[in-house]
Amino acid sequence: MTAGPAQRSDATEPLLSVEGLTIDLPGGSRQPGLVEDVTFEVRKGQAVALIGESGCGKSLTSMAILGLLPAAVRVSAGAIRFDGVDLLTCDRRQLRRIRGGPVGMVFQEPMSSLNPTMTVGDQIAEVRRLHLGERRSVALKQAGRLLSRVGIPNAERRLRSYPHEMSGGMQQRVMIAAAIACDPKLLIADEPTTALDVTIQAEILELLRDLRRDLDLAVLLVTHDLGVVADFCDDVVVMYAGHVAERTPVDRLFYDPRHPYSGALLAAVPQAGRARSSLTVIPGRVPSAGQFPEGCRFEPRCVHSVEDFCRRPQADAVIDDERHTRCGRVASGDLILKGAVRG
Amino acid sequence: MTMATRSARPRHVLRSILRRPSSAVAVGFVVVLVFFAIAGPLVYPHDPEAQDLGNRFADVSLTHLLGTDEFGRDVASRIIQASRIAVVAPLISVGVALLIGLPLGLWAGVRRGVVDSVAGRLADTILSLPALVGALAIVAVLGPGLVNAMLAIGIIFSPGLFRVVRGATMAVAEETFVDSAVAIGSSTRRTLWVHILPNIAAPLLVQVTILMGVALLVEASLSFIGLGVQPPDASWGSMLKAAYTNQFHSPFSVVPPGIAMVLTVLAFNTIGDSIRDAVGLRRRT
Repeated sequence: MTAGPAQRSDATEPLLSVEGLTIDLPGGSRQPGLVEDVTFEVRKGQAVALIGESGCGKSLTSMAILGLLPAAVRVSAGAIRFDGVDLLTCDRRQLRRIRGGPVGMVFQEPMSSLNPTMTVGDQIAEVRRLHLGERRSVALKQAGRLLSRVGIPNAERRLRSYPHEMSGGMQQRVMIAAAIACDPKLLIADEPTTALDVTIQAEILELLRDLRRDLDLAVLLVTHDLGVVADFCDDVVVMYAGHVAERTPVDRLFYDPRHPYSGALLAAVPQAGRARSSLTVIPGRVPSAGQFPEGCRFEPRCVHSVEDFCRRPQADAVIDDERHTRCGRVASGDLILKGAVRG
Repeated sequence: MTMATRSARPRHVLRSILRRPSSAVAVGFVVVLVFFAIAGPLVYPHDPEAQDLGNRFADVSLTHLLGTDEFGRDVASRIIQASRIAVVAPLISVGVALLIGLPLGLWAGVRRGVVDSVAGRLADTILSLPALVGALAIVAVLGPGLVNAMLAIGIIFSPGLFRVVRGATMAVAEETFVDSAVAIGSSTRRTLWVHILPNIAAPLLVQVTILMGVALLVEASLSFIGLGVQPPDASWGSMLKAAYTNQFHSPFSVVPPGIAMVLTVLAFNTIGDSIRDAVGLRRRT
């Protein structure tokens, strides 16, 4: 099972820390950031979820860590530190050594994340050849070991398969094998199960859980699935419209949310055993980038909004050493939210 | 999502080309041509440059399979000698075009921005010249001769190739596997050559084979007007020119170089077409 939040208090240096990350479209003079002032950290061996609706900036944030942002956007402020190295200012060679080495990455769509003209064996071996300088034959042998590690039967023979000869779940296993090829300390998984069937999703999560335990792997999981979060993660970072709404240990999110958006999300999860009740929804829609409100970005949709207070920009407030919220009303104790019923 | 290049595995492509009769014949023809080009001196029936002025414009006979030309040289031997140029000339010019167009196209396709607009405008400029006129201008500067002519043709071809490479690269660079190559620590150069190039190989190969045929024609045209191959070397273009000058003495002599040229260009185009079909690309109108 998950490694609970017990040993967090020993204040070791976090493995990954993102501080005040702001990502902008350049040129737009008064564009509020696509991602603004995002701060969170991942400790060694910890699983952190980055959760939010489509377009909330969670994928951009995860791409920014390895410098994979599309050319149209850029990081305009903040720092991303991994294992003591500032990834935003280090030179390209250093960044290349980190990509695929101590940090592995898995993308959303396995069918388009693999090169269709290379065998899967070569694609996994490539990582080891790049980082460890292994010869092709040696690296291929290791790739075979990795393939069987991620649960692909007949691994030796599968090395010579091309991606299109595999199913989506198999392809995602190949991606994971490539991501863990050099024993990374951190795995960034950008919606690794979204494109897969539900049964395959469960298998892939099970695999990731095994790998976490065996390799002492920290995972940054980008997802919009609260079930996956509850199942897999220690900490959760809830993002809304480019801001971090709330940052908290996972169980406390469910029983004691500290941002109206988290509360609304939890209320919107369909519950088993409550037939014929209508689905709870959050009124309105997510503002599109460039039309973010001045103050709290959730304010127009928030049932707890107090006009003159919530229209002012909200700062990231610390509740206790492991919980942060961007809601000023919650931070001041003015508003107390209801969580899921324990039991 | 699923790209046309998905089926573009080399073995699969080769097999489907050879299975089709027309392209199998074309491949066979090119193989024979290359054999003649390499084995030239071993298979000439006569010395292609030996003159026999007493025996000008001889008719087709067993000693001279295709007759003799205005200096009494054996036409069959000269056709074979010229096959070397028919192979080398397209190779040089398409090679030059690749050398210029491929790296620039890859670079512009990935970088876009300023690189792309500068290279693109330059390509537009060259493309606005008719190929033969452009080649003439370059040959006028460099001086006549086969290598200069082929260089000129290569330069004229490069923008077309640049266009094809750039477009295909832009499409492939959007794919997630390019991001995932970067995410495993592959350098930009490695990503271009190892991950993008094989995925644009299909349209590139089609373009290259078709350009080979065009290159042969342009070379023949330049040789025809005396700016390509210089005497006493034989080229199908210069042979055609000589035959044309003497058409009242020997109307048959335009036939051998003409047919050799037509067949070769046809073979290149047929191969290009069947590669295109094999990899599932369709020419859009």
